[in-house]
Amino acid sequence: MTPLAAAANENLAQISNYLVYSSMAVYMLAFFAHIAEWTFGSRSKVARTAAALTGGAGAGAGDAAAAAAPAVQVRRKGVRSSSGAGETGGSTAVLDQPKVVTRSAAGTRDVPDGPGAAGGTVQGDLYGRIAISLTALAFLLEAGGVVARAMSVQRAPWGNMYEFSITFSTVAVGAYLVLLALKKNVRWLGLILVTTVLLDLGIAVTWLYTDSDQLVPALHSYWLWIHVSTAIFCGAVFYIGAAGAVLYLFRDGYEAKLARGGTPGRFASSVLERLPSAGSLDKFSYRINAAVFPLWTFTIIAGAIWAGDAWGRYWGWDPKEVWSFVTWVAYACYLHARATAGWKGRKAAYLALFAFACWIWNYYGVNILLSGKHSYAGV
Amino acid sequence: MSKTDNAPTGTDNAPTGADAEAEPVLGAAGAQLSTAPVEDSGPVGIGVLGWARWFWRQLTSMRVALILLFLLSLAAIPGSLIPQTSVDAMKVAAWKKDNPSWVGIAEKLQLFDVYSSFWFSAVYLLLFISLIGCILPRSWQFAGQLRGRPPAAPKRLDRLPAHTTWRTDRTPDEVLAHAKTLLGGRRFRTESGENHVAAEKGYLREAGNLIFHVALIVMLVAFAWGQYFKSEGGKLVLRGKGFSNTLTQYDDFKYGALFDPQDLPPFSFTLDRFDATYEETGPQKGTPRDFTAYVTFSDGAHGKPQKREIQVNKPLKVDGSKVYLLGHGYAPVISVTDPAGTVVYKDAVPMLPQDANLTSRGAIKVTDGYRNKNGEKEQLGFSAQFVPTFAGKGQGTMLSQFPAANFPVIALNAFHGSLGVDSGLPQNVYQLDTSKMQQFKKENGDPFAQMLLPGETMTLPDGAGTVKFEGIERWATFSVTHQPGSGLALAGAIAAIAGLAGSLFIQRRRIWVRAVPGKDGVTVVEMAGLGRSESAKLPEELAELAATLHRQAPTAPPAVSAEPVEETPEGERG
Ligand code: HEM
Repeated sequence: MTPLAAAANENLAQISNYLVYSSMAVYMLAFFAHIAEWTFGSRSKVARTAAALTGGAGAGAGDAAAAAAPAVQVRRKGVRSSSGAGETGGSTAVLDQPKVVTRSAAGTRDVPDGPGAAGGTVQGDLYGRIAISLTALAFLLEAGGVVARAMSVQRAPWGNMYEFSITFSTVAVGAYLVLLALKKNVRWLGLILVTTVLLDLGIAVTWLYTDSDQLVPALHSYWLWIHVSTAIFCGAVFYIGAAGAVLYLFRDGYEAKLARGGTPGRFASSVLERLPSAGSLDKFSYRINAAVFPLWTFTIIAGAIWAGDAWGRYWGWDPKEVWSFVTWVAYACYLHARATAGWKGRKAAYLALFAFACWIWNYYGVNILLSGKHSYAGV
Repeated sequence: MSKTDNAPTGTDNAPTGADAEAEPVLGAAGAQLSTAPVEDSGPVGIGVLGWARWFWRQLTSMRVALILLFLLSLAAIPGSLIPQTSVDAMKVAAWKKDNPSWVGIAEKLQLFDVYSSFWFSAVYLLLFISLIGCILPRSWQFAGQLRGRPPAAPKRLDRLPAHTTWRTDRTPDEVLAHAKTLLGGRRFRTESGENHVAAEKGYLREAGNLIFHVALIVMLVAFAWGQYFKSEGGKLVLRGKGFSNTLTQYDDFKYGALFDPQDLPPFSFTLDRFDATYEETGPQKGTPRDFTAYVTFSDGAHGKPQKREIQVNKPLKVDGSKVYLLGHGYAPVISVTDPAGTVVYKDAVPMLPQDANLTSRGAIKVTDGYRNKNGEKEQLGFSAQFVPTFAGKGQGTMLSQFPAANFPVIALNAFHGSLGVDSGLPQNVYQLDTSKMQQFKKENGDPFAQMLLPGETMTLPDGAGTVKFEGIERWATFSVTHQPGSGLALAGAIAAIAGLAGSLFIQRRRIWVRAVPGKDGVTVVEMAGLGRSESAKLPEELAELAATLHRQAPTAPPAVSAEPVEETPEGERG
């Protein structure tokens, strides 16, 4: 037999491992910094949500009235002029510019977003910033690990589950950092994200680890770059959407309880109070899922084209194909639910979580437990 | 909308139907912002026709479409858990053996053919009908909307989701003229009304949505077409041997209900060489790295021979058909002599791989020409186990250690009698039917079996002849598929993605600008926006437009009176 075309470069593979382990250490530090952020933040007593929902601060006049005459919000932003004066809170700029007044649709709770994990405390905020800086550092290390892995085998670093997993969390953290850089309100995601990334990496290095190596012939194709990269990207971003949906469910339960006049437990109020409002979380989750859905559609189609080239049929109901289809239909279901009266809100969020559960099962369950043509996971 | 205590709705808070009840202010201004069907739970008519109409309305409603979609995703699941005949018939047989008590139920429920089962078909047919029933009226409605004009401004613009107002010295006509050019320049469709300009944009959202759903139908049709007209044949080709594309040449052939064998494109090829490389070391030792089949190919009945390569991901494309390289294996060359020493059989016998290291099994069947010691016609059969890399003497088992032919060994069990090939029943070429055969016995009465290295010969007991392991050939299996409709399916898929992007990323929204002379003779400008969804982008866009218009109609000095009253401002968001 002829020798291998490209022998794995052991050195680079070793470097990749070191980088991944270092990133885990730094993620761990970020995790503790986030914990500190939440702990210091718990000392603040803002309770804006309760005020908004129970009329404590003279806000909207409670539920029944809100439906008939919804509260009006003034956007302090003023007007964005093209000269870039932007959202100066200053009064001079606003005086001679028209103000845009927005109002929410009937029947929605008008609740301000929570103050964030730091709860407005200086110390909490400091730890939050430290956590984000550490997360960014860990991201660079992890991304370096993925690249070194790719260089060591001179191919796309997506040939087995270990490689999928490290790329998966890299992309999720990258997406989070990009959203932060775009000044989106996503700091609340930090702790959950870092925790799950540690979990993902832990599973990857202990159970899924595979030495860096060449690919089986079926994977020798440029479709690997297209199909697998989009699949990983979709999964990572769907994860962020699912995290939003879970928090939405908690926060919504909390708001509903307050609106009914109940008193949530102390821990729940302390944590949930600081999250964005249920409305914001719901919208966040929807936007993420809706934005990724077309890409997921593309991923499946690209996979079908590849299957057509590699196996002679573009769709054969292989377990992996079945579950991609189920995931796709479940997300479509979610999008429809959002457009259907009586299905919005919590029911839609459950569908989103079902859809994400399908995705996760398609990754772990199908790769490990069910055998099919896609059994090259290297486990 | 029955529940108003529900969480804030997201992007799809269509102010139609019941929503419009909650805000009667909007009236026509909020109507027809989408073509989503209105949920109707209206009373049932009388008689069969009434029921039929009710059923149709239900089937084409969003709620039922939603339930059907959900059912479809659930219905697809069992097929991934239970082996499917269409995917792997061997696994189905194994499953049946392991779960004998479930076979009856499973077969009744068509659990081995989930994707062609009656219940799976029922769900997707209903979905298909629901889809069509929804698309047709929506397309119709949308065509109407495209011809229509943006609706007139509602009476109170300050009730809309985003609103702004200021006073200016310009005349109302000037302001409205500016507004119209401004909005027109931003590709809004505009319509002048009394004291106001109405504008609308983002029709592509609805168009995209309709395109997406139509594309789904196109894809379903393409799949169905492919199912009916497809053909797929498998052929094992030994190195040095050829294949020509006619029905009789195939080892197995499957085709759709409407396929015509005359449609097979004429071509032929010879397998010149087959190369396989494997991982030689490390934990993944033995994993295949590269397979290539080198063929001499002739297109058409008398085409010019050309050299081609077929690889796993690179099929050979011929006139709508594709030739794929599927598998490969070994074919030991075996010769058999009769008691007189005449060679009665010599052939390369393909063996069926059993594992990743190509431990293989097969059968050698000497059907003609053999006469035993007594001169009687008889048939010989050998069940064979072949390993390309033997573990070594004393390691016992016939399990290959590596897929390449590094230390090939064949083990043979020898039988004589009748192979049963004349019985008319189709026979598995890899298996020996020993029901009418006796195994050769050693002198001590033990069954006769022997291992051979290439070049070695074994002598059958009682001078019954000899068997020689002459050498090793390779074979490769090819699958020739013809799948019409895949082009159409691809076109549908691309349209689906494009439509989806339009449907999800484009906002449909309306903007109104009203300018009326105020009491003090100064013009009051009001701008308001309404989207299908409550999105942060709409206020931003309105603010941007207002700022631009404001430059042409700046705020009048606040000499006379205060600004128009605003409703209680309070709180802050974001
Ligand atoms: C039974 C058939 C179906 C019907 C009656 C139907 C109906 C609709 C309607 C009316 C909308 C527009 C909702 C709106 O205007 O807000 C819509 C949106 C959509 N449909 Fe369907 N649909 C069907 C099947 C499907 C299927 C099978 C899929 C994909 C799996 C799908 C995916 C979508 C998507 C992604 C949207 C966009 C949702 C959004 O705007 O957020 N639909 N559908």
